Amino acid sequence: MSLSHDDVEKIAHLARIKIDDAELETLRTELNNIIGWVEQLSKVDTDGIEPMTSVVGTNLGHRNDSVSEVNLSDKILANAPDRVGDFYAVPKVVE
Amino acid sequence: MSYLINGKTGNWEVVVGLEVHAQVVSNTKLFSGASTEFGAKPNHQVSLIDAAMPGMLPVINKYCVEQAIKTGVGLNATINLYSVFERKNYFYADLPQGYQISQYKHPIVGEGKIELDLEDGVTREIGIERLHMEQDAGKSIHDHDPKRSFIDLNRSGVCLMEIVSKPDIRSPEEAGAFLRKLRAILRYLGTCDGNMEEGSMRADVNVSVRHPGENLRTRVEVKNVNSMRFVMQAIEVEAERQVSVWESGGEVIQETRLFDVNKGKTRAMRKKEFAHDYRYFPDPDLLPLKLEIEYVNSITSTLPELPDEKKARFVKEHGLSSYDANVLVSDKQKAEYFESVMQYTPKQNQRDRDPKVVVNWVTTNLFGALNAVGKDISESKISAEQLGDLLDLVSDDLISGRIAKDVFDIMFETGRDASDIVKEKGLTQITDIGKIEAIVDKVLLENPDQVNQVRGGNNKAIGWFVGQIMQATDGKANPQLVNKVLREKLN
Repeated sequence: MSLSHDDVEKIAHLARIKIDDAELETLRTELNNIIGWVEQLSKVDTDGIEPMTSVVGTNLGHRNDSVSEVNLSDKILANAPDRVGDFYAVPKVVE
Repeated sequence: MSYLINGKTGNWEVVVGLEVHAQVVSNTKLFSGASTEFGAKPNHQVSLIDAAMPGMLPVINKYCVEQAIKTGVGLNATINLYSVFERKNYFYADLPQGYQISQYKHPIVGEGKIELDLEDGVTREIGIERLHMEQDAGKSIHDHDPKRSFIDLNRSGVCLMEIVSKPDIRSPEEAGAFLRKLRAILRYLGTCDGNMEEGSMRADVNVSVRHPGENLRTRVEVKNVNSMRFVMQAIEVEAERQVSVWESGGEVIQETRLFDVNKGKTRAMRKKEFAHDYRYFPDPDLLPLKLEIEYVNSITSTLPELPDEKKARFVKEHGLSSYDANVLVSDKQKAEYFESVMQYTPKQNQRDRDPKVVVNWVTTNLFGALNAVGKDISESKISAEQLGDLLDLVSDDLISGRIAKDVFDIMFETGRDASDIVKEKGLTQITDIGKIEAIVDKVLLENPDQVNQVRGGNNKAIGWFVGQIMQATDGKANPQLVNKVLREKLN
């Protein structure tokens, strides 16, 4: 599998990363190298082997259903570029 | 009774599947310790995790998992002992992470089924495809400012269950019945409050049409349907739209449409570029969720009685009709009300309350009166105990059934005890045979013509006399005694 310039543009758009046309070729080569490496890995015969999701042999940790965080609105909103009262304000989102 | 759309090219069948988002009842969010309580000030119930601050790690709320398992069992579904949280990637202002943590390939609950009780005693089984857990997004407010949208993240991270039905639904009525039944099950279980108007239960509707017997045709997803009535309307109008598209030689395209409540129509949503390219992948912050079968069994064993079981018990124990039992169990509170009227400690010499009388009073009189004023059973001024006392007055022959209805109306308005009202208004039934004989004599004397009619063989006139006597006593005379005395005197 090999990526085209269009593929790279699409991936960049999905990730909301702005790239210049000049960068396209470099990124395409780098991404293709990564894909090539993964393709190399998939040559290993893994039939009947369960996929490993983690190297730690523990179960998912959990917490109890009790409120541990009370109002943090000052902290939460501290870095907001714009706010109105306790709301974040963002450029109008049109559906 | 099948629902078919009569088109120019023949009959069309409607094929519907529902995706219901049910907000889980829990104190805190799915992956953080922030409160889920409704109505807080904006952004006052947001943890650093919910706001997606860098470096924050999600830790799963054990109770939300328990709630999902309970719901799965209540839907007669397989509980998957292995499930995986994945990231569903998209950008929106009220989704600070840039992805929603959801389950995709490995949901916590697999296939199940719901049994619907339709009109005229027909039952229908609707398959459940799956149930998975996921985070809710925040809330965007678009109409407060001409240039900006306001974002409140209080809802961000609250646990949702997405419950997906199989495309087994064949009419708007069945869709309504499915949602009502699902809501009843969720409420019985206490896993979701089922309030569609407040948004704690939301439905997306998948609609397609086909000629009966054909393979499935392209489906359209209708979003934004936030009440039972709108779900039913949306199916009806969308199915009709699709029929006219197919019949005019066009082709229905797979798309997402919105139901416009004001116009009563569906309209295409603006096509977001790559809208469906969510690039799911297992969330590296969360290990797979592994459950022990003993744990699942321990939850199963604590489940309350569900609507279908309760219905079967009502029919068996109290001899109710399937219809009456359905009316009662459709709402947990209604069923509980009926049971509290039935479960009383009989006073000395008192008979058990007759279930059929109780069910009539509860469903026809009480629910009828509550419906008429748009109130819920929890807002009834008449407690189950008070209604029971009223019914005892009738069965003990202290008041007549007709008077009982008047007393009921006063109780409904004021919440007072039946016996107080009867005492105050002097409504006690006249059962003194001497008194009744005196009244009968008087009425017979005043109406010699009718007396002659009865004696001449016109038995209908007896009914007329009963009416006269009841009127003369403001309905207080015991009707059985009146009949008895009349027949004796007229023979």
